Amino acid sequence: MFNKQVRKQEQMVLKILYKKFGKKNILYSQKTLMGIPVVWVKKNKMFDIIKYLRNGNKQYKIDMLYDLHCIDERLRNNRKNLPKADFTVVYHLLSIKDNKDLIIKVAVIEPNLVIPSIVKIWQNANWYEREVYDMFGIKFYGHPNLRRVLMPLNWKGYPLRKDYPSRATEFKVLKINRYKQYKEQNSLCLIPDEWGLSNKKNNMFLNFGPNHPSAHGAFRIIMQLCGEKIEKCMPDIGYHHRGAEKMGERQAWHSYLPYTDRIDYTGGVINNLPYILAIEKIAKIQVTERTKIIRVMMMEIFRINSHMLFLGTFLQDLGAMSTVFFTFTDRQKCYEIIESITGFRMHPAWFRIGGLAHDLPKGWYKLIKNFIKWINKRLKEYNKAMMNNYILRKRTKFIASYNTKEALEWGITGPNLRATGLNFDVRKNRPYSGYDKVEFDIPIGTNGDVFDRANIRIEEMYQSLRIIKQCINNIPEGSIKMEQHLVTPPNRNKMLKNIETLITHFLQMSWGTILEQNENFQMIEATKGLNSYYLISDGNATSYRTRIRTPSYPNLQHLSTIMQGAYIPDMIAHIASIDFVMADVDR
Amino acid sequence: MNNIIKHIIFIVVIFISGAFMSFIERRALGLWQDRYGPNRVGLFGIFQFIADVIKIIFKEDWIPPFSDNKLFVFSPIISLITIILSFIILPNAINNETDLNNVGILFVIAMAGINVYSILFAGYSSCNKYALIGAIRASAQSISYEVFIGLSLMGIVSISGSLNLINIIDYQNTHFWFLITQTIGFITFLISGICVTHRHPFDQPEAEQELADGYHIEYSGMKWGMFFISEYVNIILISILIVNLFFCGYKSCSGLHLLILFITKILVFIVLFIIIRASIPRPKYYQVMSFCWKYCLPLNLINLLLTGIIILCYNT
Repeated sequence: MFNKQVRKQEQMVLKILYKKFGKKNILYSQKTLMGIPVVWVKKNKMFDIIKYLRNGNKQYKIDMLYDLHCIDERLRNNRKNLPKADFTVVYHLLSIKDNKDLIIKVAVIEPNLVIPSIVKIWQNANWYEREVYDMFGIKFYGHPNLRRVLMPLNWKGYPLRKDYPSRATEFKVLKINRYKQYKEQNSLCLIPDEWGLSNKKNNMFLNFGPNHPSAHGAFRIIMQLCGEKIEKCMPDIGYHHRGAEKMGERQAWHSYLPYTDRIDYTGGVINNLPYILAIEKIAKIQVTERTKIIRVMMMEIFRINSHMLFLGTFLQDLGAMSTVFFTFTDRQKCYEIIESITGFRMHPAWFRIGGLAHDLPKGWYKLIKNFIKWINKRLKEYNKAMMNNYILRKRTKFIASYNTKEALEWGITGPNLRATGLNFDVRKNRPYSGYDKVEFDIPIGTNGDVFDRANIRIEEMYQSLRIIKQCINNIPEGSIKMEQHLVTPPNRNKMLKNIETLITHFLQMSWGTILEQNENFQMIEATKGLNSYYLISDGNATSYRTRIRTPSYPNLQHLSTIMQGAYIPDMIAHIASIDFVMADVDR
Repeated sequence: MNNIIKHIIFIVVIFISGAFMSFIERRALGLWQDRYGPNRVGLFGIFQFIADVIKIIFKEDWIPPFSDNKLFVFSPIISLITIILSFIILPNAINNETDLNNVGILFVIAMAGINVYSILFAGYSSCNKYALIGAIRASAQSISYEVFIGLSLMGIVSISGSLNLINIIDYQNTHFWFLITQTIGFITFLISGICVTHRHPFDQPEAEQELADGYHIEYSGMKWGMFFISEYVNIILISILIVNLFFCGYKSCSGLHLLILFITKILVFIVLFIIIRASIPRPKYYQVMSFCWKYCLPLNLINLLLTGIIILCYNT
């Protein structure tokens, strides 16, 4: 909703920018549903403007590069008033202190697809810019290592461009002969210079992953070792890429829902929410109170589920082999509830646009009540047996610590950011979906080390239990679905008698709902950090652009600096404490 | 001839109990980890180890083409032979009086020293970086711990005045259990025993989460099986040694009780090995090393010094 507050903020930003750069460099201020000022700026002034916003001015201080992505504008129908552009590069900036966002858009016009790199301003722009290059073919000059990041190095074409087909059937049949196999395998060989590693010191290079028991998925780190000391290391991703954003442009609004579950596969329904909230804002749907509270309850159960997985695997990576079996028993208890409510386990896709798939089943109250009792007892046990263990404390205290400034520099969010002592939780700071109606605290750490990151998650589980307790006791009566033509199909009785209703029903079922053109964005606190969906509707049955900003992606990027000079076991402890999911990184 | 058959039976029994240990460990871990463990083959899964052995024997015996072939094959053999040989000095039904008995404990320590070579060679010949790191860790760790595995036993040797295990047991039988006078020696010997067997938390050379199995990462089939069995046989050996050296061995009572009590005492330590694995996290590699040099070694030296002083006072 483009309300007064946003307008005020927009005026402020524009005033600051006009004063410094003059009106001719600030092209346009776009009105969207995002609740965030969107400013189009000139390409050649972009670098200076972003630098000025970060360092130069005193009134409006931006802390974090939240997201950097791109939009292929060439086939977009509704571009009224927007500056001319073939591609738009989008910079999403976040000010933690003021709790405000700012989106800066830069138009890029063919054939001159070049734009200055902002790696010098924010280090975490590195992977983002590589991704934009990978997906759209836009070159960033001044980038230290502009190579493909998600796709294989030998890939041809730029997958997220509109002229790139999204179905395999539209391609020639893929045949792999010996030559191709050789070429692909060779492209994976390590050439230290390409990775910014030097071979002068005659060090050993250790290829950690993509298949390693502690890499938590297909994740690769290239380490330059001196003995067991890590001189330098480079994380490498892209082994789990499935093209989720491209699928978003192919599936209808409703039918993309099950895909969102699979982004962060430990988060389940939490992934549904940003997507659904963004659409609900476009479609102007207000869900019922009952829906909101049930959603919060389910999400917190999934948060406990995800944190339990973290706790088990984290302790296992530190060599404590037993805990993981106990946490998996606890996760089974979670799944019992999830199964009985949603009918599915890991990827229920249970939230719907405008409501839920169905109402709560009989006997759910007792199930959750028992669950709360059980988990409370177990959490105490974990604290006593593991978190207070002397060896564990020795291994995790003051290991791989970073401060708030470094965390913001790298775009780290979620528990990993709060472990540094910064109190920033979107559930509290920008309440969504009824989180303003429940009481809970936000645990924060002090040192930002491995131990704090683990401890915060245990504390968060206690808070989640608190939220669940409030939810189950205060679920209001009412419907779980909205009677709205975009969401619910027409009444069946009417449909069978009335041809107009039948046509509407048929169109909705076969093509899917059509949303009016707009841009929207929703940020939520997922289990691992800030997760957001940036949706552009072009007045169609599918989304024009689905940008998924996942927390694990930036959370991994800082490895190269934080782990310098550490030892291999510290590295294991650190990557266990980040709590990432490769599906969440590569999408 | 009779003697040879006896020896063969003895070795076979060691092998079988080593393999059976894998079953005990998996079931015990299952019990403590809220799950079942192998419970399908035979009663309570008792024949699981036979199934495992058959599987390992019939598995393709693959030698990686990039490895140093001879060393690669040789190293698991060293590992197994050194440990089997250590059993010679244990007092048993076959040998009561051999020359080796007079060397006694020294022989075990020497064999443990040679055993390190198997890991070093395995890691080196695998031509794998993880294996190499594992091998380096193993040798550094073994060198540190061998310093005081001997020292921790010197108190016993100086009190009983013999390296021969039979004499040590006799001495305990007539005087007192060495557990009482050599408590520090017992604790440090237990720790270094875990270290020598490369069991958790001193499994730094393997360290699954860090080195993805370390020195035997390239091994499979029977060659891996030899490492595997030698680890379990080693646990049995260390448990028997602890019982013999500190808990009066088989002589604390007589008759059938003797055997049952002896085996129970051994089982307690075997279970201790497993329960340690199940319960604590793994310290860092250099923490293990500093623990050895900063705490265990000085403690042992003080222990030896005090024992010496007391013996001197007592005798004069």
